[in-house]
Amino acid sequence: MERIYLDHAATAPMHPRVIETMTDAMQSEFGNPSSIHSYGRSARHLLDTARSEIARSIGAAPNEIIFTSGGTEADNMALIGMAEALKDKGKHIITTEIEHHAILNTCHFLEKSGYELTYLPVDETGMISLEQLNSVLRDDSILVSIMFGNNEVGTVQPIREIGALLKEHSAFFHTDAVQAYGLLPFDVKQMGIDLLSVSAHKINGPKGIGFLYAGNNVPILPRTYGGEQERKRRAGTENVPAIAGFSEAVKISKESMAEKTEQYAGFKRIVINIFEREDIEYQVNGNAESCLPHILNVSFPGANVESMLVNLDLAGIAASSGSACTAGSIEPSHVLVSMFGKGSERTRNSIRFSFGFGNSEQQVEKAALETAKIVKRLVNK
Amino acid sequence: MNKAPKDTRVVVGMSGGVDSSVAALLLKQQGYDVVGIFMKNWDDTDENGVCTATEDYNDVIAVCNQIGIPYYAVNFEQQYWDKVFTYFLDEYKAGRTPNPDVMCNKEIKFKAFLEHAVSLGADYLATGHYAQVEFRDGEYKMLRGIDENKDQTYFLNQLTQDQLEKVMFPLGGMDKSKVREIAKEAGLATAAKKDSTGICFIGERNFKEFLSNYLPAQPGTMQTLDGEVKGKHDGLMYYTIGQRQGLGIGGSGEPWFVVGKDLQKNILYVGQGFDNNLLYSDSITGVNVSWVSDREIPAEFECTAKFRYRQADNEVKVKILPDNTVSVIFKEPIRAITPGQAVVFYNGEECLGGGTIDEIFKSEEKLTYVG
Repeated sequence: MERIYLDHAATAPMHPRVIETMTDAMQSEFGNPSSIHSYGRSARHLLDTARSEIARSIGAAPNEIIFTSGGTEADNMALIGMAEALKDKGKHIITTEIEHHAILNTCHFLEKSGYELTYLPVDETGMISLEQLNSVLRDDSILVSIMFGNNEVGTVQPIREIGALLKEHSAFFHTDAVQAYGLLPFDVKQMGIDLLSVSAHKINGPKGIGFLYAGNNVPILPRTYGGEQERKRRAGTENVPAIAGFSEAVKISKESMAEKTEQYAGFKRIVINIFEREDIEYQVNGNAESCLPHILNVSFPGANVESMLVNLDLAGIAASSGSACTAGSIEPSHVLVSMFGKGSERTRNSIRFSFGFGNSEQQVEKAALETAKIVKRLVNK
Repeated sequence: MNKAPKDTRVVVGMSGGVDSSVAALLLKQQGYDVVGIFMKNWDDTDENGVCTATEDYNDVIAVCNQIGIPYYAVNFEQQYWDKVFTYFLDEYKAGRTPNPDVMCNKEIKFKAFLEHAVSLGADYLATGHYAQVEFRDGEYKMLRGIDENKDQTYFLNQLTQDQLEKVMFPLGGMDKSKVREIAKEAGLATAAKKDSTGICFIGERNFKEFLSNYLPAQPGTMQTLDGEVKGKHDGLMYYTIGQRQGLGIGGSGEPWFVVGKDLQKNILYVGQGFDNNLLYSDSITGVNVSWVSDREIPAEFECTAKFRYRQADNEVKVKILPDNTVSVIFKEPIRAITPGQAVVFYNGEECLGGGTIDEIFKSEEKLTYVG
């Protein structure tokens, strides 16, 4: 059975060029970048080159990049590191209801530690309101954390406008860009972003590596203590091979950004055309004007997401319901609940397809046809 | 259905125990297209905040990967609450001793879960129950498991033809010791796992404490039928007919047993001696009776019956009454029959069906004191 992977928003396969880069690095660069000898210098050179490449991709300076173990650590560091650094200035933090759990659960931790959190709601398309953000900003607001592109429905927030709004305010602006990075152009300075989280494995890089961009004016406190790596903000010997692979993945994503955007838009059209032709009932979730190119979240009225996903998997098609579930948990997606309300059927019948490296039109066509078949079977039983 | 095994999809209900693990393994070895599914019916966390179902699901994952079959989880918490737990509490409130396993099989495992399996293209649903299904004389028969000590037809008594048609019990023809042996030989992660005991959602916990979270306990008087007060009870729901433990009646002579309850007056009746006459009855009525066979049942017939799990068979005469009720007359008096438990009928190895024990009689007189 030919398997089709349409869950690139969960994680993506490593690009062969990344594997090659990492293999080379593992074979020849085992030195510790902090060592004074030639082995160390050589590893340091690789590290610095990667850091520059990555910094350039978002318009930042190399010393504004803090390598982390991934997006979750970057998010934790941004929120807790800033909250601690600014606790004398205020204890109010603003975020949204549709953040990734790496943000939401960190916020819950901060609430328990005495911080006051405001969770902005979103409209039916998953979009926050700038007016509302403006109205909840207070003198003691120290940080605003709003995700760039949503991992479940793909809605892209008005980041530039938020950045502009916060320029007039002392609160710092963090954005979780794990899902958007590599697919949309970034310029942190122009966009008014103070902190930004990215993960490598979503862009065909290795797992276990990511970064937090923290602008030079940002007073972030470290979360781990030890050596002087990452300008003392994240101690621990650098994962040089992973960082080298990450840097290669960044290069590839820059080269192919325009092409991917066009290709994924085509994939979405194929899926929708097939759903129309097969005459199944569906609704696309998210914001048609402002969305990530690779995410297509669809509701199938009358179908049940658990049955849908298992049927798809048994047919060799990997998709997801947005948030991974364990041991049969049926917590409906908090993103869909925020968009449609707790009682809405759409929180229980939505499937996320996410496209990426290696997908072809034929695959997408086949998956859409199979999906239509399953929907018909489940809905008309 | 005459499909080859490789074209026959069998969904195995996997609990994370050794029985369902071996059931899946055997089917896989027979060449079926096997899919393992874990059912989550109850949300519970231990003292460290770890969801207890997660541990079991991790075992399911380990075993399925060993066997080489896909695995998934499905959630029936809502249905379980509505159909099983609500019934469970209602029965306790009515002063009876419910059997949630029978209800779970009827409403969840072989209904909601079976429907789920079918929606995944399954031809059959298999479980690790110790029972057998056989197609004979133009209909499906449900037979006892070969392992007398493990036979679970008592809990499956409400199954009907529609369900049996789609059900497989791969362990019905073997002893538990053989199941353990197969698991050990295959090196399954669950080979040495302890069998679960008690009611699934209560587990190893203190039953009294569990129940008190859902039903207010009303302590009251403990007395003999003659009105002699023997002490206090903690709440009628904590006691079941024939129970000896936890009465705390001291003194000389034979031990004391629960012989009945008065729900209205909140009195627990006790009597002295295991063989106390008050504990014996000679007929009952059964309600919500269901028969395995679709065919017409004779108005009156003789067979054997069990009134609790693992009880030896009793010779009885069954008279069919209207509205799925029956009268069951025993050849010999039987001790400690408990309203709310299941009465299950057998003809030799064949399980005929069963119902819920309702009223209890002796010499045609209703025993009002049993509740």
